[in-house]
Amino acid sequence: MPHDHSDHLSPSGHPYRADNDEPLSYWQTMEIAVRELLIEKGVSTAAEINAQIDAMDARSPADGAQVVARAWTDPAFRERLLANGSDACREMDFDIGALQLIAVENTRDTHNVIVCTLCSCYPRNLLGLAPDWYKSREYRSRTVKEPRKVLSEFGVTLPDTVQIRVHDSTADMRYVVIPARPDGTDGWSAEALAKLVTRDSMIGTGLAKTP
Amino acid sequence: MTDFDGKRWHDMGGADAGPVVPAEHDFALWEKRVDALMVLCSTKGLFTVDGLRRAIEDMGPDVFENTTYYDRWIAAVNQNLIEAGTYTLGELGAKMDEVAARGDTYGQAARG
Amino acid sequence: MATPMGKPPVAKPQRVRVKTMMPPGHIRTPAYLRGKTGWIERQLGPFGNPEQLAYGLPGEELTLYRVRFSMAEIWGDQAERPEDTLDAEIYEHWLEPV
Repeated sequence: MPHDHSDHLSPSGHPYRADNDEPLSYWQTMEIAVRELLIEKGVSTAAEINAQIDAMDARSPADGAQVVARAWTDPAFRERLLANGSDACREMDFDIGALQLIAVENTRDTHNVIVCTLCSCYPRNLLGLAPDWYKSREYRSRTVKEPRKVLSEFGVTLPDTVQIRVHDSTADMRYVVIPARPDGTDGWSAEALAKLVTRDSMIGTGLAKTP
Repeated sequence: MTDFDGKRWHDMGGADAGPVVPAEHDFALWEKRVDALMVLCSTKGLFTVDGLRRAIEDMGPDVFENTTYYDRWIAAVNQNLIEAGTYTLGELGAKMDEVAARGDTYGQAARG
Repeated sequence: MATPMGKPPVAKPQRVRVKTMMPPGHIRTPAYLRGKTGWIERQLGPFGNPEQLAYGLPGEELTLYRVRFSMAEIWGDQAERPEDTLDAEIYEHWLEPV
């Protein structure tokens, strides 16, 4: 019995795109055909495909938030995360597959923001699938040239004293931003801090929430 | 005459564009399936992510406006599987006809 | 498995220029960086050459560099703030020493 994913509740509160009762598109027809051919040819199985969907569904920005909160509270871990992002995530038992991760850190003086101008590379094995806007022409085109203006559209206005570092994920590495730890959180547990870490703050289009 | 300078449509960095619209949606089942097929086929060595991207880039400049993200992905997955010899275009065409005959909606055609 | 993560940056930043060539096909060097001069932020790799992998060919192993550019270098007078920077990963065959 194929695993029915259509009854999963939306984890983020956004509507699922209602595909199951909309007119069948050419590309959807192709998806069904390719999937069934791969199963018939013995390349994959329905169970394997469902397991892969479940593995991807299980990844979310909450995973990245735990990594960030640990870096905020554990200086030795922060060093390891900056030295090798992938190994540090694996140390926390996140299943990141072959992800090659570089963590970049926001400070009082530096703000990092991530983009992929050539496609839409994203640290999907840590944060889950990228939001639509990250893949848009507008974000891909403008972030490398006018990052301050793009950030202001996300409600992030940085003073001129802060240096911006834009990272264009052009090749094999993926990037995650360690946002600056908010003021007023001294003594907080990593678990409480993780709730302040938003997806956008790990892309660099947002800041961590303030308590 | 052409003023093409070699810069291709997907190479967008620095181009003029409008405000970023903070759009997002939760992925539909068929999109998640396309995603899973890409990951599984590349993990099994049938093609590389580079091959996937190459196929999308070769779809040309109109594709970004005329198709969705996962439309392009399944097109590119298929292109690479055809090139890898996993199945033939004849097999694909016959299977797509068979699928389309099952019903008018994705749910009917996918049988769930 | 060797993890091709960052090696410590060399003491003196090495200046490099991105080649200006414009061949067609699957290329990971963005057009807006061609001909621009930056400095190596860190060395990565080796990684298979995507320009071969994309066509189903074995990829020659290449060193990948993270190259840092100033916004002034890339955009000139149009830069929002000249001292802001941009990092991109560029394969060794696209770089020439300055």
